[in-house]
Amino acid sequence: MKPAAFDYHAPATLEEALADLAMAGADGKVLAGGQSLIPLLNMRLAAPGHLVDINGVAGLDSITVTPEGVRVGALARHAAVLADDEVAGAQPLLRMALRHVAHPVIRNRGTAVGSLVHADPAAELPAVLALLGGTVEVASANGRREVPAGEFFVGPLESALATSEMAVSAFFPALPRRAGTAFAEVTRRHGDYALVGAGAVVVLDDDHRITGARVGYLSVAGTPLVLDLTKAAGQGDWAAAAEHARDLVEPEGDIHAGAGYRRELVHVLTERVLRDAAKAGGFGG
Amino acid sequence: MTTKMFGEPIVRREDPRLLRGDGRYLDDLGHDALAAAFVRSPHAHARILDIDVGAALDVDGLVAIYTYEDLPDRLAEPLPLLIPHPALTHGRTSHVLANEVVRHVGEPIVMVVATDRYVAEDAAQLIQVHYEPLPLVVGLETALEARDLVHDDVPGNVAARLVQRTGDTAGAIAAAPHTLEFRLDFERSACMPLEGKGVYARWDAADESLRVYSSTQTSTSVRTAVAAKLDLAPTQVEVIAPDVGGGFGVKIMHPWPEEVLVPWAARLLNREVKWTEDRREHFISSAHERGQVQFVKVGFDDSGRVLGLDVTMLHDNGAYTPYGVIVPINASTQLLGPYKIPVYRCEVVCLYTNTLIVTPYRGAGRPQGVFCMERTLDRIAAHLDLDRADVRAVNLIQPDEFPYDQGLMFQDGRPLIYDSGDYPQLLDKLKNLIGWDSFPAERERAAAEGRRIGIGMGLYVEGTGAGPYEGGHVEVDSKGRVHVSTGLTSQGQGHQTVFAQIVATELGVPIEDVHVTTGDTRRFKYAVGTFASRAAVMSGNAIALAARNLRTKALRIAGEALEADPQDLEITDGIVHVRGNPTASIPLKTVAVLSNPLRYAFDEESRAATQFTIGGSDDKPPVADGEEPGLEGKDYYSPIRSTFAAGAHAAVVEVDPDTYEIAILRYAVVHDCGKVINPRIVEGQIHGGVAQGIGGALYERMAYDEHGQLLNASFMDFLMPYATEIPHIETDHLETASPLNPLGIKGAGEAGVIPVSAVIAGAIEDAEGLVIDAMPISPDQLFERRNARQSNEDHR
Amino acid sequence: MAEELYEIELSVNGVPQSASAPARRLLSDFLRHDLGLTGTHVGCEHGVCGCCTVLLDGEPVRSCLIFAVSVRGRDLTTVEGLSGADGSLSPVQQAFQECHGLQCGFCTPGFLCTVTAFLRDNPSPSQEEVLEGISGNLCRCTGYQNIVKAVHRAAELS
Repeated sequence: MKPAAFDYHAPATLEEALADLAMAGADGKVLAGGQSLIPLLNMRLAAPGHLVDINGVAGLDSITVTPEGVRVGALARHAAVLADDEVAGAQPLLRMALRHVAHPVIRNRGTAVGSLVHADPAAELPAVLALLGGTVEVASANGRREVPAGEFFVGPLESALATSEMAVSAFFPALPRRAGTAFAEVTRRHGDYALVGAGAVVVLDDDHRITGARVGYLSVAGTPLVLDLTKAAGQGDWAAAAEHARDLVEPEGDIHAGAGYRRELVHVLTERVLRDAAKAGGFGG
Repeated sequence: MTTKMFGEPIVRREDPRLLRGDGRYLDDLGHDALAAAFVRSPHAHARILDIDVGAALDVDGLVAIYTYEDLPDRLAEPLPLLIPHPALTHGRTSHVLANEVVRHVGEPIVMVVATDRYVAEDAAQLIQVHYEPLPLVVGLETALEARDLVHDDVPGNVAARLVQRTGDTAGAIAAAPHTLEFRLDFERSACMPLEGKGVYARWDAADESLRVYSSTQTSTSVRTAVAAKLDLAPTQVEVIAPDVGGGFGVKIMHPWPEEVLVPWAARLLNREVKWTEDRREHFISSAHERGQVQFVKVGFDDSGRVLGLDVTMLHDNGAYTPYGVIVPINASTQLLGPYKIPVYRCEVVCLYTNTLIVTPYRGAGRPQGVFCMERTLDRIAAHLDLDRADVRAVNLIQPDEFPYDQGLMFQDGRPLIYDSGDYPQLLDKLKNLIGWDSFPAERERAAAEGRRIGIGMGLYVEGTGAGPYEGGHVEVDSKGRVHVSTGLTSQGQGHQTVFAQIVATELGVPIEDVHVTTGDTRRFKYAVGTFASRAAVMSGNAIALAARNLRTKALRIAGEALEADPQDLEITDGIVHVRGNPTASIPLKTVAVLSNPLRYAFDEESRAATQFTIGGSDDKPPVADGEEPGLEGKDYYSPIRSTFAAGAHAAVVEVDPDTYEIAILRYAVVHDCGKVINPRIVEGQIHGGVAQGIGGALYERMAYDEHGQLLNASFMDFLMPYATEIPHIETDHLETASPLNPLGIKGAGEAGVIPVSAVIAGAIEDAEGLVIDAMPISPDQLFERRNARQSNEDHR
Repeated sequence: MAEELYEIELSVNGVPQSASAPARRLLSDFLRHDLGLTGTHVGCEHGVCGCCTVLLDGEPVRSCLIFAVSVRGRDLTTVEGLSGADGSLSPVQQAFQECHGLQCGFCTPGFLCTVTAFLRDNPSPSQEEVLEGISGNLCRCTGYQNIVKAVHRAAELS
């Protein structure tokens, strides 16, 4: 399983990378972590004529934490984001979800932004970005734009990147002051793609009353699915919220799990993550 | 002071080299060889209309392209049907490169040879094959329906109909106080060694000799097959199995098309050629195993004693039957396990489907058979509300009933007669190890906490050490090194250690001086192969006998040199000495020199030997009649029939009431493989087998769609267990020596995998109160079953 | 049209190495065939089995999912670099032998590299941490029992 030949570009700066991408057009692909791309190339399921290797571009691996949130550069490896205590402090959901991304060795090389661009509906980070209402910074030779998560994930394995564009960074909003998060997924084997996964953010007011309960799902639709369950959850009726979620989702079956089971996992995991997120946010004591 | 090595858990001698990264696996060899790649069928059943290689010809680095039309007569014939059987009335094999029709996805059509594998794949991708898709057959029931045929000349898609019977089951079942009838389903899995297949060939035009390296479990048989197919004398062909990264059965199948084509191309091109199978190729063009549907009828009495058992099995062979019907024979005979089944009939209908061929995978049919028997006993127990262990106990063959003749013919062509065993003790030890009797209370306690746990067990018997023979050769050189060789092969079983342990014990030499070679026809050319848990039994005994022959000769020569009676001599730490008198001694290496009367004194050792004189007088020749120069021993072990190992496994599982995830909390094994050469190595074999069994019980299946496409042809979607999926495995053992061989050993290679699906199925049933009649079982399937039961209950 | 070749220089096991290869040459193949270091093995070429794991600047990575040209100038450690110059086994290698942590040996180099880095970062791991640490490497022979024992033993020996 050897990849087909390609023209290889190793730009030293972002400008060079964008120029390479502009030249390559629809036949160009960015190589960052490669943990999703290279298997496809090895299996010859993809054969771009041009590969733009950004691993040599300085400064793309930055991880910046501000009161607004966490911005990770295109070359920030999963492992680096996972290990960063400042990130975990600002937005705990990132560390919770990253623990479930593949295996430790894959995380050493794979990038968070790369996972977003790959837009696999079974991946953790797209669901996290969608749930948090984050954005992806997209650049081309013609300029930059910030794309909200809701517009970034277009379909299974399809992001909003246009020809010759690349994602330069992603922004994950910080957790509000009185809020809690949780993440859970069910896999067949440890480290596998999730059969269903869910992340929750529960926001409380100064009286510790729930003002927001949102859950983001992976593996239940062609793109990350975010449900606002605030009304159904009321002041802690997690069972009702979970039933509501179960009735809303329309997952598909595949060789690993049928639609019925996936729907039931939505039911189970929704209750779990809402309860855990609320508790983490200080609800109920 | 030499310690007796046999039975010692010494560390392995092959490890340092492997740990340093100095292994020599197939792809590590042939650095300068050309690389082969293949165009393989993307269709499950199609007629090849046309092969257009034009676009590939411009690829820089391309050396050659071959199709069926390029093959000389012998190569153009179908591949051999290795193990004929009278019941295999419609055996079919494939061609090394497809001729006209392809019958499974992955069947090779074109071989490309190029400067490296990347280039070879480039060229292969550019070759255009035009197909006419044909109606296809996927799934056992579709095959049986036979609306469409895999082979035009095989009516009903039936390759073979195997019937074994010991009496009138219909009558026995009808007369029984209780009867049950049910269906069981067992999915396909596969060996999946981490190293795929590979072949590397060198033709020496000056010598007209061919050397082939193959990642095989039988270098001697590959040699015969290659010589035949390439129209060479066997003496012109040498085959070597290098370090092999796992086999588990898939590498006993031979000759693979590539094993014949690569040497052929090497000779034709007068260049070294190598083919290293990649993972996708392994999924779609090596072999699978295990897929069966079973229809069971059983009659039994109030104590759970089986009075009659009738099983019909549908066995999925895939598209061809090159390995014959060994797997169904094992399934149908080893189904009986350690039990006395007074009247038994098993009919196996072996069917073709347009899927990958089925050849043995560790257990080789026994897992399916044991699943059937053990699930039957569990159902009997449930029906009678009896303890499942008690139902087993009441059916067991007793220790004083050996040898026990089951009245069937086994896969080795010999009667199925168990030589020795103590099954009641196995069962008792297992119950103790897992805490069988105290489990119901534990289950109650767990239920009170909202947890669902269950326990299951499974017993099995395993015919090991199948013949017809293996051989061993032992030689001591003038430096005192002991060279041991046997023709069968190694894939991680520690042969270089255990065979050395045998020789060190038999000869009384330090084990550091013993070097073992396996699987190299240059060193030993008569052998059968490594499979059916036979290597220790077969080669172990042959090597022991060879060592004894050498010892006898050594003591005779030493006796002459020391002027002592050979019966008074011993060998300790490589020194032959008079018992109780260490000063009257001669090193074994000196005996080796003396054994070869030469004019020339080459080295220190041979000069030192001149202080001894042997050979009595001038009227006797230096090499006596019937003697040979050198200190060697060679012998063969050819058993009258297989020897039967046995085991009992149990497991405790927990099912998550919300997510249906299945966790194995405990797994226990009690095994009996007779005398044990190296307990640590045996235990390692059991661990590996159990892990594969757990894979097969909970995770692994081949997901073919209705177009014959394998949907999970990668490690992402074919789920083999990681360390996180395998619990701690607790083991205990029993030793009932085999009376059939000098060392008293029985095989252990497959023991771990055989009953696992049955055990896990029983445990999940116990936890869930649901009938589990198909394996593997996933959380998704448990969900469906619980829902189905729920809606049945709701409808009442 | 011959493929463009790149002169790829990197440091392997402390020794500067270089060879020329096309951009698409996987690091696993570069190590094995272009540099002749066959200790690193290839089991799947899609990143799942772990046989190809090497250390890149000390961190374990899948060499089958990296192009050699991407890591020019970097420091690599392969299984060949784990033992001493005199051939002595490292504590991890020693532990694997003591505990019968290998059978066919094909997955072993990947485990050794993974475990060497793991224990460096987790010198006293709990059972759960050990399982997590080796959770991305497949072994078909050992059932993992003795590999887990070997990791604990290696922690003792280090």
